[in-house]
Amino acid sequence: MRDVNVIIKEKIEKFGKERQALMPILQGIVGDKNYITENDMVRVAEALDLSAAEVYGTTTFYTFFDVVPRGKYVIRVCKTISCHLSGKDEIIEALEKVLNVKLGETTEDKKFTLLQANCMGWCHRGPVMLINDEVFPELTIEKAIAIVEEYIAK
Amino acid sequence: MEKNKLTKVDLIFEDDGKCPTGVLDKVKSMNPDEIIMNMIDSGLKGRGGAGFPTGLKWKFTKGENSFDKYVVCNADEGEPGTFKDREILDKVANKVYTGMAIAGYAIGAKKGFLYLRAEYNFLLKKLQKELTEFNKIIKEKGFDYNIEIRSGAGAYICGEESALFESIEGKRGEPRNKPPYPTVAGLFGKPTSINNVETLVYTTIIMKYGVEKFKEMGTQDSRGSKVFSISGDTPTAGIYELELGMTVEDFVSEFGDGDTKAVQVGGASGMCVPRKKFQDMIIGYEGVPTGGSMMLFNSTRSMYNVLKDYLEFFEEESCGQCTPCRVGCRQLLKGIESVKRGEKHPSYLEDLKKLAGTMKLSAKCGLGQSVANPFISIVDNFKEEIIY
Amino acid sequence: MAKYEVNLKINDIPVSVEEGATILGAAQKLNFRVPTLCHHSDLCLAGNCRVCVVEQKGARALIAACTTPVSEGMEIFTNSVKVRTARKHIIELLLSEHNSECTNCYKNGKCELQSLANEYRVNENNFLKLVNFKDYQVDRSSPSIIKDDSKCIRCQRCVRTCASLQYVSALAVAYKGDKQKISTFFEKSMNSVVCTNCGQCVNRCPTGALVEKNYIDLVWDAINDPNKHVVVQTAPAVRVGLGEDLGLAPGNRVTGKMVAALKRMGFDSVLDTDFTADLTIMEEGTELLTRLQKALVEKEENTALPLMTSCSPGWIKFIEHKFPSLLPHLSTCKSPQQMFGALAKTFYAQKKGLKAENIVSVSIMPCTAKKYEADRPEMRDSGFKDVDYVLTTRELAMMIRQAGIEFTELNEENYDSIMGTSTGAAVIFGATGGVMEAALRTAYELVTGREVPFKNLDIVPVRGFEGIKEAKILLQNVKPEWGFLEGAELSVAIAHSLSHANKLMTAIQNKEVSYHFVEVMACPGGCLGGGGQPIPTNEKIRRKRMAAIYEEDTHLDLRKSHDNPEVVAIYEEFLGKPNSHKAHELLHTHYTKRNKY
Repeated sequence: MRDVNVIIKEKIEKFGKERQALMPILQGIVGDKNYITENDMVRVAEALDLSAAEVYGTTTFYTFFDVVPRGKYVIRVCKTISCHLSGKDEIIEALEKVLNVKLGETTEDKKFTLLQANCMGWCHRGPVMLINDEVFPELTIEKAIAIVEEYIAK
Repeated sequence: MEKNKLTKVDLIFEDDGKCPTGVLDKVKSMNPDEIIMNMIDSGLKGRGGAGFPTGLKWKFTKGENSFDKYVVCNADEGEPGTFKDREILDKVANKVYTGMAIAGYAIGAKKGFLYLRAEYNFLLKKLQKELTEFNKIIKEKGFDYNIEIRSGAGAYICGEESALFESIEGKRGEPRNKPPYPTVAGLFGKPTSINNVETLVYTTIIMKYGVEKFKEMGTQDSRGSKVFSISGDTPTAGIYELELGMTVEDFVSEFGDGDTKAVQVGGASGMCVPRKKFQDMIIGYEGVPTGGSMMLFNSTRSMYNVLKDYLEFFEEESCGQCTPCRVGCRQLLKGIESVKRGEKHPSYLEDLKKLAGTMKLSAKCGLGQSVANPFISIVDNFKEEIIY
Repeated sequence: MAKYEVNLKINDIPVSVEEGATILGAAQKLNFRVPTLCHHSDLCLAGNCRVCVVEQKGARALIAACTTPVSEGMEIFTNSVKVRTARKHIIELLLSEHNSECTNCYKNGKCELQSLANEYRVNENNFLKLVNFKDYQVDRSSPSIIKDDSKCIRCQRCVRTCASLQYVSALAVAYKGDKQKISTFFEKSMNSVVCTNCGQCVNRCPTGALVEKNYIDLVWDAINDPNKHVVVQTAPAVRVGLGEDLGLAPGNRVTGKMVAALKRMGFDSVLDTDFTADLTIMEEGTELLTRLQKALVEKEENTALPLMTSCSPGWIKFIEHKFPSLLPHLSTCKSPQQMFGALAKTFYAQKKGLKAENIVSVSIMPCTAKKYEADRPEMRDSGFKDVDYVLTTRELAMMIRQAGIEFTELNEENYDSIMGTSTGAAVIFGATGGVMEAALRTAYELVTGREVPFKNLDIVPVRGFEGIKEAKILLQNVKPEWGFLEGAELSVAIAHSLSHANKLMTAIQNKEVSYHFVEVMACPGGCLGGGGQPIPTNEKIRRKRMAAIYEEDTHLDLRKSHDNPEVVAIYEEFLGKPNSHKAHELLHTHYTKRNKY
């Protein structure tokens, strides 16, 4: 995990101290550890001269900005119509078993968080999941398990 | 010419080298007004779904007196059932950048932003690399213009143009009041032309092949071709570029699985066309408009589940600021659940339809206004499935 | 730039309005009231609630009257079938996510949603009660403000108030969709965040989602307890606001009626915060001159100038959170409320032969932050809680109604003594610039032996609604003991509402400006626009209240704090002289650096 102040500094150098730097900064923090802490937000608020509540308000608007601790790998299974029709429920069930967590939870070793998300734009090749930024379309139960097992071994 | 037949087209994904530099030289040789006139003449309408004439958008933006103007490429494709922009960006990003450069030249902007949804972050590295090269090329060609990529973070509503501006500005992606429209006060309060990924590629194609080639395709109201995202109960799901003007029947006979009972045209926010209307319904602005999403459902599917899925989507993805959308979506969802469980009388669906009508009339932005489309068309055509 | 007139029709009646006006404004011009909820004239436009939608001829959708600018030839219908159906639906939707147990609600009878529901007769509302699907917690952590999300209709007036009027943003909009809510930082309790307790949000909340924490029953209990001696003090701005909640038009001064009502309610002694406002001037004026002496004569480089006023507890908490490095600039004087409290349980108790523990000290304030101030641990210099209960103007009005007092019919009565005498200088504390004007009237005279060189003592440059005001007064022919001030030009600034305070403090911190004395009031217009004043409060009403305050000052015989005979007496009998050891013990305080969120 990187020092949040360093991330903020880098992004401010690139995007300036204006409010438009907020999204890139938050993306930088999430890219580093998959969630944003209370302390991170206070640092961001100070750096951009915003109120902490406003930073919180903007952060929580975006689904990919999690404000509760997440694992090293965040698995998001698409839950919208096409993936729903093509069996995302079974995929989630299988992953719950492999990871021994319920949907929405993080594994004890803090390695995985299992979530659902809205349409990811792979409707013709569902079900699909993201692990962090990486996409895995055309999932079957076996395929999903194999992919996650690879990550477990990492 | 007989128009309502299904014709496949290959313009968008046509391979024309790494960078369509020839087009840019041609662009440079014309003056901005000429380019705008070409766009107006082509009849090109926005391919994101709303269908505003692209040439007019550029004309309005050019007409604004401001030192700073922006071109924004809306790559926040999030409509359930739509995935064409991802493919376009993956395969022919340079044509998108070229379209952005043409738009910039036409309206007098020095800066373009491409707003990419977070779900497509996996494309970011590649896009950035291609963009760096592109920025270099257009600089060499003497364009005073460059493009930057900004990312979203998981919010469907940021596909709404003013919400997208808010997001780039570092705020919650809440749609603004209109007027003022983006052409007057858009990104950072400056005149902005915001166009869909596909639209921008078509501007490149129109500049390359000329207006006539584009105009000869499609119908009076729906010129040209369009990229469709086809999914659901179909053996041939995928991305297809088709000439506009076909009927749903034409479409289903090509892509259906022989048992199609309904087609959702235009994604979750579009219209559900039942089998009995396939023949009369033209896919386009004279019939059912679409941003490209075509989702087929066969007789094994419960339309109650389909509608419930859509409403859950909207309930979560509404920005929440205006009453009709925030509360309306939840009422519609909870309402059909109550009817299904028998807690509310089936006649309650009529109350809900009226409520959907109010949402269409009074919501602040297109999201809240369009929830009525799937709701009313599904409830009207599949009432039994909703109740029992 | 000349503005063009735009011609349009509303409900078939032609009207011309200035370019840039909204449909709402044009309708108002024709005396058509379009209902609104998220709209407030003090705030930027939102267009969120959609209650104000109207029909435009030829347009597909309805449009929001509050945000849509007029355009030439527009034809608008404010009461068509389409409009009525949509409006009723929208009100029903709001009610469905609102905990509408109105009879249990503190805002019962004062709720804008309730009156709209009443107006549109939504008794057949059959949408599902969505409020039941959520687990709402009421936040009662703050001594000033109660936040109840189950009553929130997400109009965001509070958020805009906190951001644009106050530059605090303790409240923001969080999450989206159905989960969208008005939240503090990380949903922390109101007492642990940057909230200044100013109550401007409370004043603008259309429902009962944000209300003051009320102490009405506790005060009745004290009044009805035969072993307690209950003293009440009334702040300067209350007398120009109270009438609005009791059937009178804005701008009515009700000082005498208010005193009469308080006596009838059973308070043992009805006294005036104005007395300690005069005392504040003596203390703060002396503090200013002492600091000037330190800076100019003793050349102490670290003398914290400008001196900043400390009467407004919202402002105090603001500076503690946001500009801790400027804390040494704050006057160490307690606010008039707290000076009064400390004296009530010492000087007053002694004079009346009462035990301090048997005195209950109540104050009536235009302010919600005063509730917090009274709770501060520093405010117990009498050995007890100096001020036991703080009531807002609105709470007092409620109590007067509960007591069955026909307020408008009352004959005027006078404050009791001791600590009931005051001057015009104290009355104007209720308006922005008032403390400054009062201080200048006294300090100038103290230093020069002459009255301030303004007609009728009215120091006009420090008056009015401009966000930041500045003035300079030349000190010439000073008394020998103030020789070091000869020829000095006293430079002052005044800010009201915390957004302006923020600007002024930023400029001071960056050394872009320099002054000797600065007055800051947390609320727009000063205390007359306080968070505890009657609802609605807006610019028009603030102007009327301000006019009433200056009118009261003009009509008083005594208009300078140092002329207040009770003030003179308390120094002789009890305190010694201004800034004496005893004065410091009872009337001065210190401040605390606080977190930034």
